Amino acid sequence: MPATPLIAYAHAGKSFNGGRVVAVDDVSLDVAEGEFLAIVGSSGSGKSTLLRLANRLIEADRGQIAVEGEDISRIDPILLRRRIGYVFQSGALFPHLTVAGNIGITPRLLGWPQAEISARVDELLDLVRLDRAQYRDRMPHELSGGQRQRVGVARALAAKPRIVLMDEPFGALDPLTRDALGDDYRTLHRELGLTTIMITHDMTEAILLADRVAVMRAGRLLALGTPAELSASTDTYVGELLHTPRRQAKRLGALLPRDGTA
Amino acid sequence: MSLLADPRWSEALAHLPDYLGNHVRVSVAALALGLAVSLPLAIVARNRPVLRGMLLGLASIVQTVPGLALLALFYPLLLALAALTAEWFGFSFSAFGFLPAVLALALYSMLPVLRNTITGLSGVDPEILEATQGVGMTERQSLLMVELPLALPVMMAGIRTAAVWVIGTATLSTPIGQTSLGNYIFAGLQTQNWVFVVFGCVAAAVLALVVDQLLALIENGLRNRSRARAGLGGLGIATLIAATLVPAIARPHTGYVVGAKTFTEQYVLSALLAERLQSAGLSATTRAGLGSNVIFDALATGDIDVYVDYSGTLWANQFHHTDIPPRAELLDALKTTLAKQDVTLLGELGFENAYTLVMPRKRADALGIHSISDLAARAPTMSIAGDYEFFSRPEWAGIQKAYGLTFRTQRQMQPDFMYAAVASGEVDVIAGYTSDGLIAKYDLVTLADDRHAIPPYDAIVLLSPKRRDDGALKSALQPLLDKIDIAEMREANLRASGNDSTSSPDAVARWLWEKVGPK
Repeated sequence: MPATPLIAYAHAGKSFNGGRVVAVDDVSLDVAEGEFLAIVGSSGSGKSTLLRLANRLIEADRGQIAVEGEDISRIDPILLRRRIGYVFQSGALFPHLTVAGNIGITPRLLGWPQAEISARVDELLDLVRLDRAQYRDRMPHELSGGQRQRVGVARALAAKPRIVLMDEPFGALDPLTRDALGDDYRTLHRELGLTTIMITHDMTEAILLADRVAVMRAGRLLALGTPAELSASTDTYVGELLHTPRRQAKRLGALLPRDGTA
Repeated sequence: MSLLADPRWSEALAHLPDYLGNHVRVSVAALALGLAVSLPLAIVARNRPVLRGMLLGLASIVQTVPGLALLALFYPLLLALAALTAEWFGFSFSAFGFLPAVLALALYSMLPVLRNTITGLSGVDPEILEATQGVGMTERQSLLMVELPLALPVMMAGIRTAAVWVIGTATLSTPIGQTSLGNYIFAGLQTQNWVFVVFGCVAAAVLALVVDQLLALIENGLRNRSRARAGLGGLGIATLIAATLVPAIARPHTGYVVGAKTFTEQYVLSALLAERLQSAGLSATTRAGLGSNVIFDALATGDIDVYVDYSGTLWANQFHHTDIPPRAELLDALKTTLAKQDVTLLGELGFENAYTLVMPRKRADALGIHSISDLAARAPTMSIAGDYEFFSRPEWAGIQKAYGLTFRTQRQMQPDFMYAAVASGEVDVIAGYTSDGLIAKYDLVTLADDRHAIPPYDAIVLLSPKRRDDGALKSALQPLLDKIDIAEMREANLRASGNDSTSSPDAVARWLWEKVGPK
């Protein structure tokens, strides 16, 4: 692992309602360059808040967070967000803009020349495997859920960020689409040398896509490690979370012997 | 066919460029001002619940004030303000017509714009709002690039509502001196000219519909990113405005403006005055339907040049005298008082239009009532009706005090309907006007003012300060002075209250001139 992590949480904390609800409680966590980290937890575990602290969609009220070695409290939040890609749950595309308009939004905010934005949009449509001619000028409501999320990913990547934050990006999709999109994104992550933090409540998805998995519960970081390291954990909650993928794997192994022995 | 052949239609049509043009100008200005104030306020208030509540509350309260009252309130307000600026900064402005109308209508337009803009903006999906931050937009970029475009359909619906309200309510700006399509309606109601009333209503409704549809076209174009449609709508609105501006620019502003209050006789007299000026080669227009609280100040500040008032009305209402000197003395005193304000009393027309208590002749005879003193004994069991201002005028207080009059009930009525009401026994007594032709028509009798509680009401011609030395104006009106007697004026009023093609103020004015002019 390189010396300076790309994203570093040090004793980060955030509470709401005047301190009555503690969403994130003293979390320290380093994400290395090129790493794919999944944060798993049930709703209310603080995983969404933790993610939003990294690009100051939510301001931390304790601890320190550094991106690319810089303390983010010293970076203009607008500029910070423009250099970090963000993929929202079910896309959150701007309904009044075309696919191209959505993808090109951050470059436009950064003041790229129109021709460059246009070329970048085409490049990204290829990357997320949507046909240029067919999708460029469509409106978001004319797309399927999976296509919308592909556009969401393209929008996040448009300004060539080194870091991508993903908020349950594939949660609302049907299993097949979800699988295809997950694989495609994993490839992009590798080929573009991205550093990705993805939150999910699905342990199976986390294990299949991520290098390391962080487990959040009640605002605290409960466990952190590679899938193999996690499976050695003695924590009962982590054990519970791993129970589902283990049982699925076992049943699938029994039901599909040929694939299992191949 | 005979209905359409009525010459009043073509007369109404002749006024259309002037009335419609003024109506569009005042509506557009009011709407533009209303939008310029409401939109930023709504944007500022959308995330501030306290401010939002206050604004919407205030706008709702404004909406509950009847349009006519709101418009009327702005006149004295601006008049006081103009006096202040004149004193402090050395400049004054006209508190008459356009300005108060625009301000009142702009205030009226605010509620739908505020409410719909706030609703539209707060209706934007919170996830989309978070996405605007996530992609790196500033608050301003988020507002301009995402929130406003998404809120646009709801906002436009509010703007369309405001436009329709403003165009409708602008018809009520006639009494404060702003010419509008309301001129048809006020004149029509006063002189029972239903052709005018219908014409005015239909014209206002058509204008409202056209503007609403043009705005809808713009909205549709913006929503569907169709430059053609938005452009077409914008072009339509621009054409409408341009078309109403051209005659305003082309029209000479040197003409004389003849004012008139809101009753039949005033419409006839202003038409007569204007006709005299025109036949003397002077350009003249009438500004009819002015509130009696507005008209004298309008003359004193030069917004109108000439009008007919009544000596007793000015004496008691404008100058707040409670004593009642004999006729000649009152006129002299009035002349001096007016001169102090630089207003010229050109002369009397020759008749008096006094308030008088009126009963059906048969009933008065049966009860033995011939004077107000006789009436006083019976009054507590009787009902009385008067016009909208009579019971709040000082003359009424004076009559009540002099005779100890108290009635069982008091009712306010449209003047033209009072006479029919008393004739049919709907009310027992009315406060009518001595020059009204309906007194004879319904066989009514006026009760003698034996204690002289009612001041004399000689019809007098007043000139504005800037026309003090205007020889052409004076000589054009000279032939009318002391020429109209009460019988002629009664007949003229009776004619004007008819509902046929010969009853328009212009036609009656021509008839009157034939009777009184040099043979």
